[in-house]
Amino acid sequence: MEQKVILIIIGMSVVTYLPRILPMVLLSKVNLPPLFLKWLQFIPVAVLSALLAPAILAPQGELSIGLDNNAFIASIPCFFVAIKTKNLFLTVMVGILAMFLLQNL
Amino acid sequence: MTDSNFVTGIKKSVPVVLGYIPIGMAFGILASQQGLSIFEIFMMSSMVYAGASQFIATAMIASGINAASVIFTVFLVNLRHMLMSASLSPYFRKVPSIIQALISFGLTDETYALDITHLKEHEPSAYFFMGLHTSCYATWVISTVMGGMLGNLIPDPTRWGMDYALSAMFIALLCIQIKDKRDVLVAICSAAFSLLITTMSGGSWNVIISTILAATIGVSADLWNKRLSLSSSE
Repeated sequence: MEQKVILIIIGMSVVTYLPRILPMVLLSKVNLPPLFLKWLQFIPVAVLSALLAPAILAPQGELSIGLDNNAFIASIPCFFVAIKTKNLFLTVMVGILAMFLLQNL
Repeated sequence: MTDSNFVTGIKKSVPVVLGYIPIGMAFGILASQQGLSIFEIFMMSSMVYAGASQFIATAMIASGINAASVIFTVFLVNLRHMLMSASLSPYFRKVPSIIQALISFGLTDETYALDITHLKEHEPSAYFFMGLHTSCYATWVISTVMGGMLGNLIPDPTRWGMDYALSAMFIALLCIQIKDKRDVLVAICSAAFSLLITTMSGGSWNVIISTILAATIGVSADLWNKRLSLSSSE
């Protein structure tokens, strides 16, 4: 049992590291076509949005836009502060405070 | 000079550190309940260092699924990092491969979000990324081991809302990244695809598919705009 777990962990570490390292090391050595560079410039916004949407709109795996979804409610003041101030730290503090209040009051 | 970049990196890691503490502890508690030893938790966190995959793998190990299936599932879950690594590559052209290898080990959804936002405004400094990634990595490893050791002695570590630091961070960085109408289009498309895939088939493919589709829509909109402005100027 123990040996199987160690084997799994080693396998996991390989398949996790390869997608992290290969594109950076290989693509930074070649001249990329302008259209592909343009495409890469849209990746940050697309990734952030793809990660965020289910986390706040479907935290249990099903679409949930209502008062029973704390992650969604807490995101409203966060978006407000983020758009107004563009301040990362302030937005994070507002988020933690909003979630604390929703979960404990 | 170099030292100050390292320290700046550590300072910038605070939002991720706040989020990794409760989620790491929650992982440690769950993993020890599901039969992983403290040593196995330490090994998994320090060698794999990937939150979602560790939760999934631990559940699969506990239910006795074979090693190949666990590893393949983790591979699929982490394929999304290819896109993040690729989008960082143009900024790392002057950085030696060995340093790239070190920095990319610390690439997670959360560190990527901070990395790419920093790169939009600063020259890439290897020390900055080392500081940022080391701080996040150490927090993850220590928090998961602590969770495993304390186990049921502590109440649910996510009950104080601190884990929401990560969602709030993504909200702030998304708002900082959005500069024009094309970005808004890409963000809305990506969110819609991601929600659709998550609700219809569960997680793991949502990020990679939505990102590829939405970025392609962004480039297409860009080309279409240029064609329109060219034909109207003729």
